[in-house]
Amino acid sequence: MKTLKTMMLAFALAATPALAQEAAPAAPAAAAPAAAAAATPAKPSFDYARPVATIGQPQPGSIGIQPQVTAIGQDAQWMHDAVLMPVITVISLFVLALLLWVIVRYRRVANPTPSKTSHHTVIEIIWTLVPVLILVVIAVPSIKLIAAQYSPPKADLTVKVIGHQWYWSYQYPDNGDFEVVSNILTEDQDKARGEPRLLGVDERMVVPAGKVIKIITTSDDVIHSFAVPAFWAKMDAVPGRLNETWFKVDRPGVYYGQCSELCGAKHAYMPIAVEVMEPARFATWVKSKGGTLAGGKPTASEAIEAPSALAPAVEPTATTPATPTPGIATPATTSQAATAQN
Amino acid sequence: MNDTTANALHFQADHAHEHHHDADHKPAFFARWFMSTNHKDIGTLYLIFAIIAGIIGGTISGMMRMELAHPGIQYLNHWAGVVSPTDPAALHLWNVLITAHGLIMVFFMVMPAMIGGFGNWFVPIMIGAPDMAFPRMNNISFWLLIPAFSLLLGSTFVSGGTGNGAGTGWTVYAPLSTSGSAGPAVDMAILSLHLAGASSILGAINFITTIFNMRAPGMTLHKMPLFVWSVLVTAFLLLLALPVLAAAITMLLTDRNFGTTFYDAAGGGDPILYQHLFWFFGHPEVYIMILPGFGMISHIVSTFSKKPVFGYLGMAYAMVAIGVVGFVVWAHHMYTTGLSVDTKMYFTAATMVIAVPTGIKIFSWIATMWGGSLSFKTPMVWALGFIFMFTVGGVTGVVLSNGGIDNYMQDTYYVVAHFHYVLSLGAVFSLFAGFYYWFPKMSGKMYNELLGQLHFWIFFIGVNILFFPMHFLGLDGMPRRYPDYPDAYEKWNSVATHGYEIMAASMGIFFINLIWSLVAGKKASDNPWGEGATTLEWTLSSPPPYHQFETLPKID
Repeated sequence: MKTLKTMMLAFALAATPALAQEAAPAAPAAAAPAAAAAATPAKPSFDYARPVATIGQPQPGSIGIQPQVTAIGQDAQWMHDAVLMPVITVISLFVLALLLWVIVRYRRVANPTPSKTSHHTVIEIIWTLVPVLILVVIAVPSIKLIAAQYSPPKADLTVKVIGHQWYWSYQYPDNGDFEVVSNILTEDQDKARGEPRLLGVDERMVVPAGKVIKIITTSDDVIHSFAVPAFWAKMDAVPGRLNETWFKVDRPGVYYGQCSELCGAKHAYMPIAVEVMEPARFATWVKSKGGTLAGGKPTASEAIEAPSALAPAVEPTATTPATPTPGIATPATTSQAATAQN
Repeated sequence: MNDTTANALHFQADHAHEHHHDADHKPAFFARWFMSTNHKDIGTLYLIFAIIAGIIGGTISGMMRMELAHPGIQYLNHWAGVVSPTDPAALHLWNVLITAHGLIMVFFMVMPAMIGGFGNWFVPIMIGAPDMAFPRMNNISFWLLIPAFSLLLGSTFVSGGTGNGAGTGWTVYAPLSTSGSAGPAVDMAILSLHLAGASSILGAINFITTIFNMRAPGMTLHKMPLFVWSVLVTAFLLLLALPVLAAAITMLLTDRNFGTTFYDAAGGGDPILYQHLFWFFGHPEVYIMILPGFGMISHIVSTFSKKPVFGYLGMAYAMVAIGVVGFVVWAHHMYTTGLSVDTKMYFTAATMVIAVPTGIKIFSWIATMWGGSLSFKTPMVWALGFIFMFTVGGVTGVVLSNGGIDNYMQDTYYVVAHFHYVLSLGAVFSLFAGFYYWFPKMSGKMYNELLGQLHFWIFFIGVNILFFPMHFLGLDGMPRRYPDYPDAYEKWNSVATHGYEIMAASMGIFFINLIWSLVAGKKASDNPWGEGATTLEWTLSSPPPYHQFETLPKID
């Protein structure tokens, strides 16, 4: 079903090349294929939250990491702020102190006759082994952090994130597989809606608070990267691949990110906005998008459509031979999904 | 045992004798500079080329800093000749600028200056050889760079898809560089890389052959000056890494033009394959850019401390270790591409290992100065600046090596800050250190010490104001390769732009010094640095005779 829909989207994009060029201003037009497929109302009537300036977005003049709202992010931030930063600061200051000491103590006036020492085995062993020990101390929490990032709890909700030149779309396979197309707002729209410039989008990705969200990223043209700094989440969206990551956010709110892999002219103009809301409100939002609730029965039409959707998915290029950018083909690899199950 | 001091008496007498013949006979202008087989002339050509490329690459970074000084698009649309600030052609120009800046600085500034320039000039002299092993191949190595650079510059005048020029980033990732970039610009950029790569491979073969076969009697590998060691390791890295790049970008070309699908999942290929191949080259490449600098810094620190290099063997084999380990860490550039958990853990651990030999080098330089008798001539202050700035760039590398931390840092300005600290404040500092150190030897004229010191201090302040705030931007999440940014990032961006202005002013001083010294500089003695300078180049006249060591020196 979702394959079919993304193919339709790809086909629509191919049929109207101008659409991709003007994705940002032509928001309703870009949303049209998805809207038609998922039967969503053209104008969203949902009451979205207003962003808070101190969380989920860059802080003016900040010199540190954005406030973290996931457990992984808090662990990682602790490791950066409490382990790595002190270690590298001390090492840098130590080297600086040694340099200043030799500059003062061994300047020509103070030490006219140089020594001829060129070896000292003990000190050479020390400055080889001490860095090794420091690195071991760093490696332990580092490996633990990676292990934690790759050990997601059972997912409550899966969202498929698809990168396009130059906007994102979000599919909700657990909720009737509707799709939300998310385009950047203009500066005037940002002002009107109280969004930070360049970060506001017309349709946010919406997820429930306190739930484990599984993110599957892919792309239908070039490589993009889905990144939300406040979640410590970044995963490339690669055409022909499905990458998996996850997050669990307890605090409702709006969190921004930006595409983090060079993807062409408007790379800087495809922001990510995630709204985390209470599960009850999330259910309302899903309904407003024409979706079904998680655990609920799929609609009759879906049950019929689902198997037939597989047919074109096998050979997508055969059904759309004139498409220059191929639709989302069956993924070649799911490396992270495989490891995550271990 | 590791004393590389040459006994001048062994051969200086021979030289005085040789002067009666044609040791200093130079060909006429065209034959000398366009059909050169002389390693010193070719080295000079490389240095001139690198300076010109550096001016172009530096001007491009100035354009980028202008645009980034404030939020919004201020200049790109004017430069691109379009009206709307968000016209795709204007935004494409941004990608062309970042691509050109990266490729020019890597392939046409740092590499030609380090290996082609100083390597050509001083490797043969330091090992007591009359010239390179293959003088004609040496010449074609240089002249391949001219069409290579012309192709890259020319690519900015033809279509690259959304606008003119190749806007793929210096990494040329597929599929942005294949299906994502119509028009001939990316093809021209790829061919430019092919030619520059061929040039470097030929140069690497030449250096390896020269160093293995043309050392003067008595100069064993373990008596070789560290700069020669550094170029030897670099040459091996070039020889092993560049063919992989050539293969990777050849497949880009066939994907673009002949319907292959090496990097296209729809045809059974994989875009991530390109990244693996690119970084298998790309990571050794960053050591290619810094290792010769390590060698130069060792000589300069030793010279101005009047002390032999501390831990010579440790220094030489630390470079070998960096070269070897540099080949097995490439995927730390790809932490967010969907690596498996084991892969990510391995590359985290392997990457951290590099800090060990690098630490040995830093501490050995300090130990070389320890107990020495230090004078702070211009080359030495650049070397001291190098040691500290490279340390700062190195420790942020340790932060980035952690795959779990890199999830946040990947493709942010933290990475930009890191690699500019090791390259723009590391490799470039070592280039300036080497340039001031050897300028009297190469030109026969002394540079102006006051202007040299001014250049250092203003440059040092400028680049730190320019690049240090980028750490803050990265920690606050600002992505790389963005022509416009949310308003919260304005403060540190405008600070960085002021840093660029200061740095640019110091470059004015450098060029004034360069021209003034060449025209009116004091005549340099054979060894202006005194007893601390012990390698063979200081036993020759300044500038050296057109052909040196026609009778080979003997090394004790």
